[in-house]
Order: sequence, then C-alpha cells, then structure tokens
Amino acid sequence: MSALASILSDFGEALEFIFTERESRAGGSEIGGTQLLGLLADHLALSAVALAIGIAVAVPLGIWLGHTGRGTFLAVGIANVGRAVPSIALIALFFAFLGTGFVNVALALALLAIPPILANAYVGIRLVEPDTVDAARGMGMTGPQIVRRVELPLALPLVVGGIRTSAVNVVATAAIAPLAGVSSLGDPIIAFGVYGESGRLGASIVVAAVAVATEVTFGLAQRLADPLPSTRRTVPA
Amino acid sequence: MPAALELQNVTKQYPGAGGAPAVADLSLRVEPGETCVLVGPSGSGKTTAMRMVNRMVDMTSGDILIDGRSVMRSDPAELRRHIGYVIQNVGLFPHRTALQNIGTVPQLLGWPRERIVARARELADLVGLDPALADRYPGQMSGGQRQRVGVARALAADPPLMLMDEPFGALDPITRDHLQGEFERLKERVSTTIVFVTHDIDEAIRLGDRIAILREGGGLAQYATPGELLLHPADAFVEEFVGADRALKRLALMQVSDCELEPVGAVPAGSAAMRDDTSLRDALAALLSDPDGRLPIVDAEGRPIGVLALETVHAKLRVEAGAPSPG
Ligand SMILES: Nc1ncnc2c1ncn2[C@@H]1O[C@H](COP(=O)(O)OP(=O)(O)OP(=O)(O)O)[C@@H](O)[C@H]1O
Ligand SMILES: [Mg+2]
Repeated sequence: MSALASILSDFGEALEFIFTERESRAGGSEIGGTQLLGLLADHLALSAVALAIGIAVAVPLGIWLGHTGRGTFLAVGIANVGRAVPSIALIALFFAFLGTGFVNVALALALLAIPPILANAYVGIRLVEPDTVDAARGMGMTGPQIVRRVELPLALPLVVGGIRTSAVNVVATAAIAPLAGVSSLGDPIIAFGVYGESGRLGASIVVAAVAVATEVTFGLAQRLADPLPSTRRTVPA
Repeated sequence: MPAALELQNVTKQYPGAGGAPAVADLSLRVEPGETCVLVGPSGSGKTTAMRMVNRMVDMTSGDILIDGRSVMRSDPAELRRHIGYVIQNVGLFPHRTALQNIGTVPQLLGWPRERIVARARELADLVGLDPALADRYPGQMSGGQRQRVGVARALAADPPLMLMDEPFGALDPITRDHLQGEFERLKERVSTTIVFVTHDIDEAIRLGDRIAILREGGGLAQYATPGELLLHPADAFVEEFVGADRALKRLALMQVSDCELEPVGAVPAGSAAMRDDTSLRDALAALLSDPDGRLPIVDAEGRPIGVLALETVHAKLRVEAGAPSPG
C-alpha cells in the first residue's frame, strides 16, 4: 500500500511540476510550469525540422524508386537497416562523427525518419494496380503526369502512414537532444541536478503526451489522404 | 475524321522469348471508318499487335502508318492522346469518379473545364450510362457499368482511331450480348476507325467489317470480311476456328429479305407471320419447327409480302457458296 501511495505522490508532484513554476534546485532560475512551454517549442521545432528534412529526402526518392521499379534492393535495404539499428545508437554514432548543435541533431533525427517514409512511399507506389498505370500511359499521360495524377494520389495513405511512424519516432527520440547540447523536453529528464525527480517524471509525461498527440494527428491526416470513397459510405441505389 | 491504319510487315520479338516472335510479319490495312477485329486463340499476339499501334509496345521491325504517317515519327504520349484505347481489364482510375475518368484525355489536351464536363456527360449518355452513376467511383459500379465508362473514356476526345482490347471479355453472356448490341449502334453514331480484339469468333462476326484471324505465333491466317471468312476459310486452322456451324453463322449474317419469296396466297393457316428483317438463322429455326416448312412474311408495317420456304433457305446457302442451285 505504501508503495502505491509513494507512486501516487510522485505523480502528484510531477503533475504539479508540469503546471506550476518553482525555483530550480540549484537556485536562481525558474523551472516547471510555463518554463516547459519554451522547452516544448524547442522540442517541436527540432522535430519539425528533422521530419521535414526526412520527408524532403525520402518521399521523392521512394516515389522515384517505386515509379521506375528500380532500386528495390535500395529501398528494402535502407528500410531494414533502419529497423535493425537502434535509434539511440544511430544518434550516438552521429554525434561522435559530426559533433553537437541544432543542425547536427536535426540531421541525425532526419536520418532516423528516412527509412519508414522511404519504405512506405516505395511500397505505396508499387502497390498501385499495373492495369491502372497501363491505362494512364495508354491515355497519353507522361511519366510525371502518371506520378502526379495516378500513382501519388493512390499511394498517399501509405506515404502519410510512413510519415506518421517517423514523426512519432522523431518526437520521442528528440528527448535525448540535450545530450548534444540542444534544448528540448529532454532537458528535465537529463539534467537531474537542476530539475529533480518530479521534473524528470513530469517531462517524461509531457514527451509521452506529445508522442500520442502526434500519432493521433497524423492518423487523422492519413484518413483524410485516402482518395477512395469510404467503404462505409452507403451507395445510393 | 476517321483514320486509315496500315500495318506493314510488323514483327514483335519479346526479349528472352526463345526466338519465337509474338507477332510475325503482320501486314493489314484498315480503311477509314471500318471496324477491324483481331481474333485468335490466347497468346496469338492480338494484344501485342494492337499495342504496337499506340506504341505501348515497341515493334522489332516493320512499320505502322496512321493516315500514311509512321507512328514512330510521333511522340508516344502525344500519339496516344489521339488514339482511343480500352485496355483488356478496363483499368479505370479508382480514385476518380465516372465522369472524371471519362474526361481524362480532354483534360490532358487542356480543354476548358466546362467543355470537359459537358463532353463527359455527352459520352456517358452515348454509351448508355445511367446519369445517377456519374459521380460514382469505379469500386461502386458493376462490371458492365465499368466497361461502359471505359469505352466512353476512350471516345472522349473524338479520336480518329480507337483500340479496344476485349472490352466485353469479362462479362456474363447476357450483359455481353447487350453491350454488343449497343456497340453496333454506337458504331453508327461515331465516325472512327476501330481495331477490336476478341477471342470470340461470334463476337468478331457480329461486330467486324473485316476480321483478321491470327494463329499461334502471331502470323496472319486470314484477313477477310465475315461473309468471305465463313464461305471460304483459307485453311484447316481457320475452318476449325470459325467452327463446324459456319453455315448457321452465315445465315445469321443474312436476312429474310435477302431471299426470293414465294407469292402471297399460299399462306398456311395457323402459322405466325415473320418480319422480313429477321435473320435467316432465326427464320430457319422457326421453319424447322413448322410442320409445312413454310412461313408467311410481312414487312415492317405488317403487310404480307410473301412466303418463305425451307428449301429457299437451303438454296440460298448453296448459291452463296457458289454451288449450282437445284432447279
Ligand atoms: N511483356 C511481355 N514480355 C514477354 N512476352 C510477352 C509479353 N507480353 C506478351 N508476351 C508473350 O507474347 C505472346 C502474345 O501475347 P499477347 O498478350 O499479345 O496475346 P493475346 O493474343 O492478346 O492473348 P489473350 O487472348 O490471352 O489476351 C504470348 O506468348 C505472351 O506470353
Ligand atoms: Mg490479349
């Protein structure tokens, strides 16, 4: 009973940390409460930049590989490497070679974002019915027109699905950015001396909430991206 | 303006096919406005021959001319926008409605929006698509409805030449028969040269002005009008392909009005009259079940114009075949 009580009290303190400011353990600066909003903004900015870079690289590459039917080896290979290498290891490796700072951390997270987006874009394009593409070509569409008007719209739910997976990965992994000197919601988790136990737990709860919100938002986007009529819609007779 | 199409010694050799060509030295000419049906067993190169016309397949040797101009001199995408194409499995765009599908080529050609919509509606009507289906997606339509949309899509930009690869292939016999009938009427309303692929000889005879029979290996076994084909099959392969009932098929191509009738008066009592635009095949079926083998014939207004006798039909077949008629 006492264990449960202590967990509950830890939680209570963590929630309090999230919603109200207090002086830092080391004295001087204010922590918790609205101070977290600044960290949240940093966290989201870092994640957004990383995801944008990942999308800018992986979506066109995946579409191109899928459209030409070339590079199955490349797409599948990158996806598998991405799955096999733990994200922490990837990022540690990256810091070791490139050093710290916002740009490097963003690039490291972008590298993490690429495999799922690439694999989904590639598979999404390959899954479009060959007959549909054949008809598009037979109507006189050029290669880029086939991509824009037929392949991409039909592959869009899968493309967005890949972005969704990467977005959640990136948002969660961005918590370790302070290790490389970049501010994020990971600050209170890592700087125990400043934030204490309630700060660590409180920030972890916020990171988890941001990850869930990201998942939900992109899930909605994925549904909106479906160009086919909903199967649940009843067809008028 | 319908186009003239000419295939000159066209050969297609797919890479790695072990030396056997899919289409071998094929030459044929389709006059403007004619419907040419390519027919033959599965794998005889019908689809391949057709797809070389719009350069979906590159020919290995030979040339294809549309109105005297080689297809090799056009940009493939540009060429295809001026050739209607119904692919073997319809291939509608699943993320676009019936009307949007029909408007594909006009859109590629840069027509203004209102004109595209108006044209799409006109075509939907022409192929007999229920207007209620205009905004449905392909996944919400039946096979027959999708086929109609496929045909309308191919016709949308009023192409001088149209390629149709087994457009009615995957349908049940009743829908198929219905669409074939609509196709016959459609042919009269649009002036376009048509190349039509099927492996069904009855469909070929019904819809073709000329029929090209391909044999295994893509060679041309015979190129002739349906009547000639049934009357004078070039060889044993063609004879077998058109079937043992080719006399009946010939009768299906003729009408009662093509026969000499016996004078009115000798009309046997109790026999139901038959119109003179009935096919001779149907007339024969009726004559065979008539005790006297004689039927009163009336014209379109129902006026008696004569009597058709069983012997007349038989004699007609023999005359057509060039044999001396008895009596
Ligand atoms: N892309 C290709 N690569 C290699 N061989 C092919 C290709 N397309 C067709 N073939 C071969 O060429 C031959 C002719 O094929 P084609 O599709 O033209 O026949 P078809 O008469 O249309 O048959 P079906 O009635 O079954 O549609 C076949 O032996 C087929 O296996
Ligand atoms: Mg075929």
